[in-house]
Amino acid sequence: MKITEKEVRYVAALANLNLSETEIPRFQADLNGILEHFEKLNLADTEGVAPMAQVLYEAREDATLREDVPVEPLGNEAAMANAPLAGAGYFKVPLVIEK
Amino acid sequence: MEISAQTIDSIHEGLLQKRFSAAELTAEALRFAETENPATNAYLHFSPERALAAAGRVDERIARGEDPGALAGVPIAVKDVILTKGVRTTCASRLLEHYIPPYDATAIERLEAAGGVILGKTNCDEFAMGSSNENSAFGPVRNPRAPDRVPGGSSGGSAAAVAQGTAVVALGSDTGGSVRQPASFCGVVGVTPTYGRVSRYGLTAFASSLDHIGPFARSVKDAATVLRIIAGRDPCDSTSAEAPVPDYPALLGGSVKGLKLGVPREYLKDLTGETAEIFARGIERFRSLGCEVREISLPATEFAIACYYVIATAEASSNLARYDGVRYTTRSQHSETLSEMYRNTRGEGFGAECKRRIMLGTYVLSAGYYDAYYLKAQKVRSLIARDFAGAFGEVDAIAAPVSPFPAFQLGEKVDDPVAMYLSDIYTITGSLAGIPCMSVPCGETAEGLPVGMQILTGHFDESTMFRLADAFERETREES
Repeated sequence: MKITEKEVRYVAALANLNLSETEIPRFQADLNGILEHFEKLNLADTEGVAPMAQVLYEAREDATLREDVPVEPLGNEAAMANAPLAGAGYFKVPLVIEK
Repeated sequence: MEISAQTIDSIHEGLLQKRFSAAELTAEALRFAETENPATNAYLHFSPERALAAAGRVDERIARGEDPGALAGVPIAVKDVILTKGVRTTCASRLLEHYIPPYDATAIERLEAAGGVILGKTNCDEFAMGSSNENSAFGPVRNPRAPDRVPGGSSGGSAAAVAQGTAVVALGSDTGGSVRQPASFCGVVGVTPTYGRVSRYGLTAFASSLDHIGPFARSVKDAATVLRIIAGRDPCDSTSAEAPVPDYPALLGGSVKGLKLGVPREYLKDLTGETAEIFARGIERFRSLGCEVREISLPATEFAIACYYVIATAEASSNLARYDGVRYTTRSQHSETLSEMYRNTRGEGFGAECKRRIMLGTYVLSAGYYDAYYLKAQKVRSLIARDFAGAFGEVDAIAAPVSPFPAFQLGEKVDDPVAMYLSDIYTITGSLAGIPCMSVPCGETAEGLPVGMQILTGHFDESTMFRLADAFERETREES
């Protein structure tokens, strides 16, 4: 087994996913199968090869910048319109710090 | 006013000759689509108000003698991962079942500015994750060519709508093949442009370095027309390219004699059965068009699936982290703490395929595994990109299969996710390299199932890709 049940629970917790008791062994089997396939990557000779973090390299240095001119924002009302629970312009959530 | 027989040109002509108004055409298109939809479940919801408003604007422009736009009156279906302001956009997920976007994707704005009429949002695999459209929270899509079979995925609904004739063109998204493969399965044209050719602003992110928006159509010309409209630099997407957009449709209709086509030997070695025969006939067709066909090698192909699924799931795990119950409509009830709310919302809301990919992505990015998986995969990605760059130094384009098999039966592959991933082999390579690629109908199996031919070219060389596909399409039609 490439991944243990304990690791599955750990990864699910990292990903903030609640898994049921029946889901855990099923995902363990699935992940195991896929991770075994990932072993193939070890056969690739990547000595001296740079990681490809960007797809196209020709972007200008300032490609992610725009003129410093204020634009109309989305607005609080539109931004909150899909909130499950909101109030006073804020998203409301349950207790943040556990007792 | 037979909707299923219309093209962009025939609608334009019909409108200008006043054989019908955009409003009449739209009303008929909506009626037809609503009647036909139960057979395929291609559409999740229709947007009649928006459609009729767009049609009204087209009619007004015509009445004033103004140019109504290159897509005037054209009924368009849009994959439900692309944001449409004021029109429910669910990504085929329970988590966004009631989500109404506050803005339009740039591609949508451009379609409507050109006179396009958006009929509705199409079904897909949840958050664009899947190759069969069986992962939708709202039921699978049935292939209009064979109702017991899948339309392909993840853009199954858009492909089905165009194949069924309820839309003249459609938008889909392609990360690892999600436009090309359903196009192949449904017998229509599907285009994945160069990465950055079309703005991703308003496309619900799955894997940000692999996502593309691309058109479906029943002809290469219509697909090229749509791409011309939606492509181009967008300040809202910093990965969108500055490269100018050629007048793709104007380049069609000519000869492709003398163009060099490469066929990757690594793709052929496991291709068997009817798919192999149909592909071989397609290659002969290119030869009869005067193309010079030669074998090429893309040696890093054997690592491509692993590379793709490490990178795509890693990026997906990051992009899907936002669906946590805080901002986007769906929230699990009865959670006492914030953590519980996150875990319950996501545990209850995501389907199995999404969970699988999120966990895989989380795993390969986690401490202790990042170097071995994600970093390694990024290096392998360089190898794959290099393979293609090298190939395009020798040939003008690459011809490849789209899928090892035609549309399979609903339910046939749901229990074997690894097998499903392995079947993406011919499409994920182009995505990893960021090159333009498309599927054009090539033939049918003895059972009448469509099989597509894939054409890939170098970055921003959609012109050569379209010219080849157009010539191929004409030759295919002449043969039959």
